[in-house]
Amino acid sequence: MSTSSLVDNSLVAQYALQLGDDALILSQRLSEWCAHSPELEEDVALANLALDLLGQARTLLTYAGTLEGRGRSEDDLAFLRTEREFRNVLLVEQPNGDFAVTIARQLYFATYQYELYTALRESTDAEFAGLAAKAVKEVAYHRDHAVQWTLRLGDGTEESHRRMQEGLDLLWPYTAELFAADSVALALAETGVAVDPRTLRPAWEASIAAVIEAATLTMPGGSWQPRGGRAGEHTEGFGLLVGEMQALHRQFPGAAW
Amino acid sequence: MMTRMVAAETLEAAALEVASAVPDPELPVVTLGDLGIVRGVSVAGDGVVEVQLTPTFVGCPATEVIAADVRAAVEARLARDGAAGVEVRTRMVMAPAWSTDWISEDGRRKLAEHGIAPPAGGGRAADAGPVFVQISPSPSPHPPTQKSSCCPHCGSAETRELSAFGSTPCQSLRACRACGEPFGAMKSL
Repeated sequence: MSTSSLVDNSLVAQYALQLGDDALILSQRLSEWCAHSPELEEDVALANLALDLLGQARTLLTYAGTLEGRGRSEDDLAFLRTEREFRNVLLVEQPNGDFAVTIARQLYFATYQYELYTALRESTDAEFAGLAAKAVKEVAYHRDHAVQWTLRLGDGTEESHRRMQEGLDLLWPYTAELFAADSVALALAETGVAVDPRTLRPAWEASIAAVIEAATLTMPGGSWQPRGGRAGEHTEGFGLLVGEMQALHRQFPGAAW
Repeated sequence: MMTRMVAAETLEAAALEVASAVPDPELPVVTLGDLGIVRGVSVAGDGVVEVQLTPTFVGCPATEVIAADVRAAVEARLARDGAAGVEVRTRMVMAPAWSTDWISEDGRRKLAEHGIAPPAGGGRAADAGPVFVQISPSPSPHPPTQKSSCCPHCGSAETRELSAFGSTPCQSLRACRACGEPFGAMKSL
């Protein structure tokens, strides 16, 4: 429940949907690694990351559905919305690429999510504060996982260094959207419900820069800044992801197991 | 009125006892009480016995089985105590966030006996979580990300982390340098 009756519930629902979709879509992408990882331990690790994110997504989508008041469950929101109705940032939907691309995406996103949930623990909304306090402890492990791999690959062989750098460069443009002045977040930040995304950037950038330097890699530089995920405008591969994610539920409506 | 209040307290005590004794579906050597997953029991305003549970990890897939097991166990006990038909429900509470601190001494001992290292260092909140990356030019191939746990097989403190992620969300995978055996270890959280 929202703690303040002055807060617009539909805005809170939209914010829950944004954060929930980020977690859901990254979870789906990470799940694609199942049985394809470079080693067994990594298969288990990536599946565990996906599972943690799915747990966050379920909590957030359930909350969004409750606030929205149209009787939609977490499953309805995950499996019965169309591509343009998803509100996740573009970074999380980017294809897995090689292992280094996946690690670059994890490094950028887990570091962001760690900063976000750290701040969101102070939310005036008890539901967000409770989830953030819980999830930040899990995300600390996600960030650590990505950092360790970035160091190993960056400071590894010539080939692993090259691939890690390419992964970081490839996804860097999509990081701008994480800190964009989104109207939903900004409106809710005024009442302490949400975190102003812009405030997270300095700590994120300092953390990323330290890891990249230690990994003997180079910080990617200024470039184009694609956006649109929060408005439902997604990249090319997203339709396939949604199709695969929803196929079972759409063919067997209400399936449960 | 008085009798109803006493009855409510009796129901709560019985429900708490039986809910706490339910084995964890993934680690059946320990009970939900040992793990600190049962947060409380109360008779709600509508007369329903409500058991508050908390997840160890938000996405733990055992959560739904746990809720179903608790409901079944409490209903069976209440029926035996002559309170058949009293409705039982579970509620997931996220705050305060579960911590490995909440695993009882008994639970830690049972985990170790079962070959799962209990969380390192007694799991004080200040020590919980991964130890953040050692920024050094040449990190070791598998740097430890968590304070070491003793080997549950031979007791050696010389163990190393294979992966921070294991067979369940709450475990990491470690190996003993002394006896060579791999083992699961509860993550500090």
